[in-house]
Amino acid sequence: MGLETEYGVLAPSMPGANATMLSAQVINAYAATVREARGKIAGTRWDYADESPLNDARGFTQPRDQADPSQLTDVEPELDAEQVALAGGDVTIGDTLYEAGPYDHEVLMNMVLGNGARLYVDHAHPEYSSPETTNPFDAVLWDQAGDHVALAAVRRIESLAGVPDVHLYKNNTDNKSVSYGAHENYLMPRSVPFDSIAAGLIPFFATRQVICASGRVGRGMLGSYPGFQVSARADFFEAQIGLETTIRRPIINTRDEPHAHWEKYRRLHVIIGDANLGQISTLLRTGTTALVLSMIEAGTAPGIELRDPVAALQAISHDPTLTAKVELVDGRMLTALEVQWIYAEAAARHSGATDATDEATVEIQRRWEETLHQLETDVFSASSTVDWVAKYKLMTSYAQRHCLDFTDPRIAAMDLQWADIRPEKGLYHRLAARGLIETLYSPAQIAHAAANPPEDTRAYFRGRVLSQYPEHVVAASWDSVSFTVPGGRKLERIATLEPLRGTKALVGELLDQELSIREFIATLRS
Amino acid sequence: MTQEHHSAQRREETQAHEQEATAAAGQDAGVDDLLDEIDGVLEQNAEEFVRGFIQKGGQ
Repeated sequence: MGLETEYGVLAPSMPGANATMLSAQVINAYAATVREARGKIAGTRWDYADESPLNDARGFTQPRDQADPSQLTDVEPELDAEQVALAGGDVTIGDTLYEAGPYDHEVLMNMVLGNGARLYVDHAHPEYSSPETTNPFDAVLWDQAGDHVALAAVRRIESLAGVPDVHLYKNNTDNKSVSYGAHENYLMPRSVPFDSIAAGLIPFFATRQVICASGRVGRGMLGSYPGFQVSARADFFEAQIGLETTIRRPIINTRDEPHAHWEKYRRLHVIIGDANLGQISTLLRTGTTALVLSMIEAGTAPGIELRDPVAALQAISHDPTLTAKVELVDGRMLTALEVQWIYAEAAARHSGATDATDEATVEIQRRWEETLHQLETDVFSASSTVDWVAKYKLMTSYAQRHCLDFTDPRIAAMDLQWADIRPEKGLYHRLAARGLIETLYSPAQIAHAAANPPEDTRAYFRGRVLSQYPEHVVAASWDSVSFTVPGGRKLERIATLEPLRGTKALVGELLDQELSIREFIATLRS
Repeated sequence: MTQEHHSAQRREETQAHEQEATAAAGQDAGVDDLLDEIDGVLEQNAEEFVRGFIQKGGQ
């Protein structure tokens, strides 16, 4: 599995600055830190050969001319002359990128990192796509590593004299109609019918927010109705199933782009989740989803169906007391917690029946049930683990102390500042520093994960070769790495279509030999 | 129930109440301290900060 984060980006001293330029500045600032540490970096081009954003898991392909331009993620984004001209008002940024020289002369829009992740400009946001991991605990660690990377870029920009600061926010909306995602990706056998995936997931996704969403002040896409809600993303969803990710967002996204052997795998692309700063919330989000997916694969997922999933998603989000009931097609009226209990109990039975007694599964099941118990007893008792509860509790205390209601700009500011990734300014980080938030990983472990790949997936191969042969890696993607070999007549493209190969067990020793690039490629090919 | 039993139970209840009160006070002090800190780090001009937080489209 793997997690993507699109960060909100802001240069407070330059209102109206071009967001693509700011995002590029973040990528280039991180490139500069890597260059400083290692001497050189691979200005790695992304290899788009295996991208297919218009392929639909329901078995068809959307015609290119009918797609929204923002769906065409299989072509290289470029800062064209027009964009550069548009950003021309931002003299300092233009100078920094093109003339002052701290970032070289070439503007990077994409980097592949030594931990196997991709850091790039996606639409108008810097995005970190984590390396592939085999389990939810590792997914949390390498997602946190993304925040570490993003913070390093912010610090780099802060350190440059005369360059305006850029702030990054791990959130999902500006509360003025725009939303950006925190996507999850799960590798599944192609043999599982897509219909059963959708049916099993829709009631789960409409209710999952209560255990792991991040909270939002304001309701409606425009945030024009007052009040706190559970999920930051809920109001931006308009359909049950669909291909789009930027418009008419669906609860189940059908993009069929496996980044792996097509016949063998599908990559379930989940777009409904909130970005989490909290480690336990990220674990609950990915861990419970993985449990539900194993039930779907085995055909043991609960057979429940919501009457109106999109309306239910929003009704649940709009009720932080968690007492709102939503209707099933069989006429039952259940709360989100009751629906979650149906899934949690089914997961416990499934794990029992399949003898899934590994530590990770047991801990995720335990935390899932414990969280549901806390939320049904006293919502605020889950404040050290559930992001929206932590935020809501803080805002409630603050509002009481200053006699504010939730329409006050200070509460709206807290909502945004919650997600500032800088430890000294971000409200999440201020709570965590006081020990009010439970964590799984230390800052040292997270820093290590920002520089080193997971060892049990193909991300290991990608990350290691990027660190070891930076000058020879000319392009990379999830399922390939291309090298230039001195004297060679063509690029050497190494396919990595099997996500569970390229591991430390398989290529660690070879990489440790520190062969020349020519010998390395020859050995790989043999 | 004997008189002794009664008073023993009352003593326990009182102790329990005191403990709760202490815990609550401790928590309040912590919350006060936290809210002081939030006042310190929150953007000075909340309204302007919120108005200026404008993002472009995303996925």
